[in-house]
Amino acid sequence: MGKDFTSALRPAIVMTILFAALLGILYPLAMTGIGQMIFPSQANGSLVSANGKVIGSTVVGQAFTSDRYFQTRPSAAGKGYDGLASSGSNLGPASQALVDRVKPDVARRQAEGATGALPADLVTASGSGLDPDLSPAAALVQAPRIARVRAMSVDVVRGIVARSTETSILGEPHVNVLGLNRTLDAAAR
Amino acid sequence: MTFQGWFLILGFVAILLALTKPVGTWLFALYEGRRTPLHTVLGPVETGFYKLAGIDPNQEYGWRRYAVHMLLFNATLMAFTYAVLRLQGALSGNPQGLAGLSPHLAFNTAISFTTNTNWQSYGGESTMSNLSQMLGLTIHNFLSAATGIALAFALFRGFARRETKAIGNFWADATRVTLYLLLPISIVYATFLIASGVPQTLSGVVDVQTLEGAKQSLLLGPVASQEAIKMLGTNGGGFFNANSAHPFENPTALTNLVQMLSIFLIGFGLTWTFGKAVGNTRQGWAILSAMVILFLAGVTVTYWQEAAGNPVLHHLGVAGGNMEGKEVRFGIAASALFSVVTTAASCGAVNSMHDSFTALGGMIPLFNIQLGEVVIGGVGAGIYGFLLFAILAVFVAGLMVGRTPEYVGKKIEAREVKLAVLAIAVLPLMILGLTALSSVLQQGLAGPLNKGPHGFSEILYAFTSAVGNNGSAFAGLTANTPYYNGLLGVAMWVGRFFIIVPMLAIAGGLAAKKYTPESAGSFPTTGGLWVGLLVGIVLILGGLTFLPSLALGPIADHLAMISGKLS
Repeated sequence: MGKDFTSALRPAIVMTILFAALLGILYPLAMTGIGQMIFPSQANGSLVSANGKVIGSTVVGQAFTSDRYFQTRPSAAGKGYDGLASSGSNLGPASQALVDRVKPDVARRQAEGATGALPADLVTASGSGLDPDLSPAAALVQAPRIARVRAMSVDVVRGIVARSTETSILGEPHVNVLGLNRTLDAAAR
Repeated sequence: MTFQGWFLILGFVAILLALTKPVGTWLFALYEGRRTPLHTVLGPVETGFYKLAGIDPNQEYGWRRYAVHMLLFNATLMAFTYAVLRLQGALSGNPQGLAGLSPHLAFNTAISFTTNTNWQSYGGESTMSNLSQMLGLTIHNFLSAATGIALAFALFRGFARRETKAIGNFWADATRVTLYLLLPISIVYATFLIASGVPQTLSGVVDVQTLEGAKQSLLLGPVASQEAIKMLGTNGGGFFNANSAHPFENPTALTNLVQMLSIFLIGFGLTWTFGKAVGNTRQGWAILSAMVILFLAGVTVTYWQEAAGNPVLHHLGVAGGNMEGKEVRFGIAASALFSVVTTAASCGAVNSMHDSFTALGGMIPLFNIQLGEVVIGGVGAGIYGFLLFAILAVFVAGLMVGRTPEYVGKKIEAREVKLAVLAIAVLPLMILGLTALSSVLQQGLAGPLNKGPHGFSEILYAFTSAVGNNGSAFAGLTANTPYYNGLLGVAMWVGRFFIIVPMLAIAGGLAAKKYTPESAGSFPTTGGLWVGLLVGIVLILGGLTFLPSLALGPIADHLAMISGKLS
């Protein structure tokens, strides 16, 4: 057994070095080359610019808290939508802390004029804390507020939501909040 | 539950069933050491590696040497990663300027990735440099997967061969699987991910000014290259803390479907390879049938519970299913399905936070791991784990109806049954023992985020995930402490290698046996009766032991949830 052991040391060490070079260096570098050449936008984070400034990524969510915009879901990433600290709340279903967080959010939406039961995603934190989307229902609930603040017709705001909604047979209908709010800004101008 | 949700779930299974034979055939070629079309390109790499390392790929070994080679390789890889993580601060490829990891975190992480667990005590974006992700972690995603498949091959040979000691050459098995299966698929897969919006760059943080004028920092890096093999090799260690819930890891519903498919792809294929290796593909289909039945039962419960939602929130005026911890682009069905897939296999990637699932919805992922991740299972580990149960099933059937215990032409005798029980007993002993310990020690009780039964579930899930080499978590638990890092590290090591060694001993013993042709006295191991027996054995032997612990955690949590008793 001792001889087995020493005779297997060389393959173990050499194979570790060779595979480290192939899988740990060459493979990621090759993929980086392919990505940067063929899909440079996506490979660099799908960033969007306006007026020469980078304003975000189409893929990753950012915080919207102003009444003028469609607001995003609660976020447990850092202090909210922290791109360096993705996280869910990890609160259990019967947690007091969860109830304490949801209750004021529900009251706020009702004060804004929402009626009936609220869409679940509007008052729950996502898995990543960086969810870029809302459900169409969660966006529509906010339409009256936005119409009021921006002095637009509610139907126009609803129309923007409808046009921005993406559907997929593999997931749920959703609307990208950054895209939605940019459309909103453009429509107001 | 919606029609669309079930369409996704059943469509998902149908795609995999269609891919089982093609993937199984490819794996069979690697099992046999046959030439594949890819040898034209990668053949020289393979022979070059052998030459430099002094390996004769045609030399086959008995089970002890096979085990020594596998263990030594894995120990070397682990030491290598430990060094990379500790020295991170002094190495390049570190645009964020992150410091090296603490000894206990580096120890935990090195074991975690070596054992195909990919438990993450750390938040990727604030801990790991690009070089650590590539050189320290990505290589394990390939090689721990290759190790698992190699070990499955060794066990297949034990069943298939007659009166020999040799069960193969570990170096050749692992190298072939890496070069001709994992690497080529990963290249195509990573390209698809990049096209879909997963970053792949060597740069680090980008600062943006949001539409509301706030500053947001986004972390980029070599994400796609790691993401592809993370799923394909059932590893599960994410580039980011939020894993596959993070939009940069899993940006669309389509990438989500492909990620789920890739977790199961090799596991489905290996059942066919097994059947082919023992000369009757119906043997493979029988195993796969039992696995799929257990899988669909789990999906049904989790999807039903998550779609029904959380009554605590319903009382507050919130509609619909449980969206806490879930992403809108996936929704309920694709999140529930992902959670069952990732825990049925030993993947452990998550696209939603299991900690925030409804009590029973979150119990299924936990239970899946406690069964030993034999429902499809991790690449290689799933099928060898399942075959241990098959050995026990023929033994139990033999006791019940007086048939001679035989399986695919080999007599199952006292030695095989003892070793199989030894391997299977590791799970409950370690999981329940360590959970009990942590439920009374101060260091253990400091971990959970949630109070009450849910806090107990967090501890139970952590040790279940570690011993089962899954890597998913009820992530509220603060595990980056010397206590949890150390104990979970040991749990992962024992959970992997204390099952593998008895399994290889069985392989060696079986290879030495004569072929016993099927006779009127044999218990048939292909029909519906056999499939039912397998399902029963997995549930009774694998699951029943854990029932009391589930009653203390998820079931108590469920009762609290429906009665509105908060903690």
